Amino acid sequence: MTLSRRAVLGAAAASALASRRLVAATTAKIRIGLLLPYSGTYAALGHNITDAMKLAAAEHGGKLGGREVEWVAVDDESDPAKAPGNVNKLIAGEKVDILTGPVHSGVAMAMMQIVRQEEVLTIVTNAGAQAVTGTLCAPHVFRTSFSNWQTSYPCADVLLKAGQKKAVLMFWNYSFGQESMAAFKEGYVKGGGTIVKEIAVPFPSTEFQANLSEIAAIRPDAVFVFFAGAGAAKFVKDYADAGLKDKVPLYGSGFLTDGVLAAQGAAAEGIKTTLHYADALDNPANRKFREAFRKATGRDADVYAVAGYDTVNVLAQALDKVKGDVGARKELIAALESAHVDSPRGKFRFSRAHNPIQDIYLRQVKGGKEVVLGVAMKDAEDPAAGCKMGK
Amino acid sequence: MTLSLFALQLVNGVEYGLLLFLVASGLTLVFGVLGVLNFAHGSFYMLGAYLAFWLSGRTGNLWLAILIGLPVMALVGLLVEKLAIARLYSRDHLDQVLLTYGLVLLFNELQRVLWGNDVHGVATPAALAFTIPLGATQTWSAWRVFTSAACIAIAFAIRQIVLKTRFGMRVRAGASNTEMVEALGIDVRRLFAALFSAGTALAGLAGMLAAPLTTVYPGMGESVLILSFVVVVIGGIGSIKGAFFGAMLVGLADTFGKVLLPGFASAIVYAVMAAVLLWRPRGLLGAAAESR
Repeated sequence: MTLSRRAVLGAAAASALASRRLVAATTAKIRIGLLLPYSGTYAALGHNITDAMKLAAAEHGGKLGGREVEWVAVDDESDPAKAPGNVNKLIAGEKVDILTGPVHSGVAMAMMQIVRQEEVLTIVTNAGAQAVTGTLCAPHVFRTSFSNWQTSYPCADVLLKAGQKKAVLMFWNYSFGQESMAAFKEGYVKGGGTIVKEIAVPFPSTEFQANLSEIAAIRPDAVFVFFAGAGAAKFVKDYADAGLKDKVPLYGSGFLTDGVLAAQGAAAEGIKTTLHYADALDNPANRKFREAFRKATGRDADVYAVAGYDTVNVLAQALDKVKGDVGARKELIAALESAHVDSPRGKFRFSRAHNPIQDIYLRQVKGGKEVVLGVAMKDAEDPAAGCKMGK
Repeated sequence: MTLSLFALQLVNGVEYGLLLFLVASGLTLVFGVLGVLNFAHGSFYMLGAYLAFWLSGRTGNLWLAILIGLPVMALVGLLVEKLAIARLYSRDHLDQVLLTYGLVLLFNELQRVLWGNDVHGVATPAALAFTIPLGATQTWSAWRVFTSAACIAIAFAIRQIVLKTRFGMRVRAGASNTEMVEALGIDVRRLFAALFSAGTALAGLAGMLAAPLTTVYPGMGESVLILSFVVVVIGGIGSIKGAFFGAMLVGLADTFGKVLLPGFASAIVYAVMAAVLLWRPRGLLGAAAESR
């Protein structure tokens, strides 16, 4: 009795799956889940990623691999505690074919725990946590943005080349800041630099005066920091007000100035940062993208929008190869692994751990604008510590 | 730590404390006299900062922005008191928390609708857009010096008003025995409305003064609110003088905590609060609250 029931059920399930796949491959819309913040501090980032994805889809005629796209968006509120529920809603409830997002690394970590047990193809569109393409890497998980390592490691060389051998580190004491500092330190110490002091500021405190006095007393050759958003705006202003800007050069990952340059004003002048993108990058793909984004949304594109744009473009490439059959998992993953993306940031491809191998640019604020000085690190590849995939 | 660095950190701590005092003074007045636990106090700070940003952008002058912003803040205080707070004087603290927390959400949403979620800088007035050398390497922006001076002046003014004017006398009387004041024919409702309005304006002023230093951003009120409560509790609820010493203590503890015990930096202020409360359960100068 049991046996026969199981057999019947199995057969039914198999045929249902097969027919669903058949239908999916031919007519049904392809469902892309968006796990992004549409409220709270990161709402603007979520909207930019979403709009850029839709722009890219529209440029492909609204179809990926010959199938129309259907978006299923969930506001993740940048809340890691709500992430498991939201991820399940998209995978089990909405049955999305492809999952994309999020912005917040905490949400990404929670998402990874679930996604690793599932089959659904997942593309991380912003969160830079090392583990996503490190200890938690998975064959069906890709990242189109960056790893925290990539934003900071290349900057070490910039300081060393300028003869700045003694540096102070200052950062918001949470995972992004810690990973960013560890990456910088790795490169800096390897190249003969010395970290004279590490100042961990509790997140999200923005009271920096005491620590700035410490820096003034130490007078290192340079200061490398991680702050973002409002904290970055205030830090850069305080640093200039404290008279340190012209005496001790300030460096950071690009998040120190991206999106807050206007609020920082003259205080940001001269600051050098490293990142995989710059608004001012002069290449045809970037010019075309920025113009199209502005036309579609009325806003200026940013580094977050680029990751959204590239996500859909790389999906379009891979889905074309499998003719829109998301069920052809192996072939789809292989297609993504061999994809070459002509991104607004420049060309990139995926590493064995599925993180972009990309150029990291050295940028400097000049006349209130971010200017690209050159490439700080060519084909920067995250070391993917703890990832056994592809070895 | 060298002596000069110690002196510098002392200056940093006092300067931070002065600004905290300005925010906390309004909170302690409202808490002490009206008996209202006002969670929206941080929102008034934020509103002041955003007004400074918006009005200085419109007028091109921060002085003018403050001049216009202050009466606006006082009016906001009057309205909030009339429409919401006045209904809660007889209710317990939990109801007040519920209502004023609701106001926090309301003001945050208002900020999002009116000004968006971007971070904005506020330009320092041209006359004070210079820096003063402080020690060998560091400088101090003139606006910081001005803000500290303004905080001291306001602290002194509040003291004079509370001690030397009829309004101040009524406030003190109202704080110690509301019913008796009413029996003596003083309109307590009006007194309370005026006081709440003044408290709101003080928070707003703190926000306006801080705006060029902190930049304006969503959620800026919440962090200030928590520290203000710490200051009020350390100082003794309702005591302006207590709030002043409390603010100094918090400013110095935070500054030296960051330098001497960096691993403990985020907890040091609360450790100080716990220590003070163990020593004096009603805060440094909390006698007034005792008689309530």
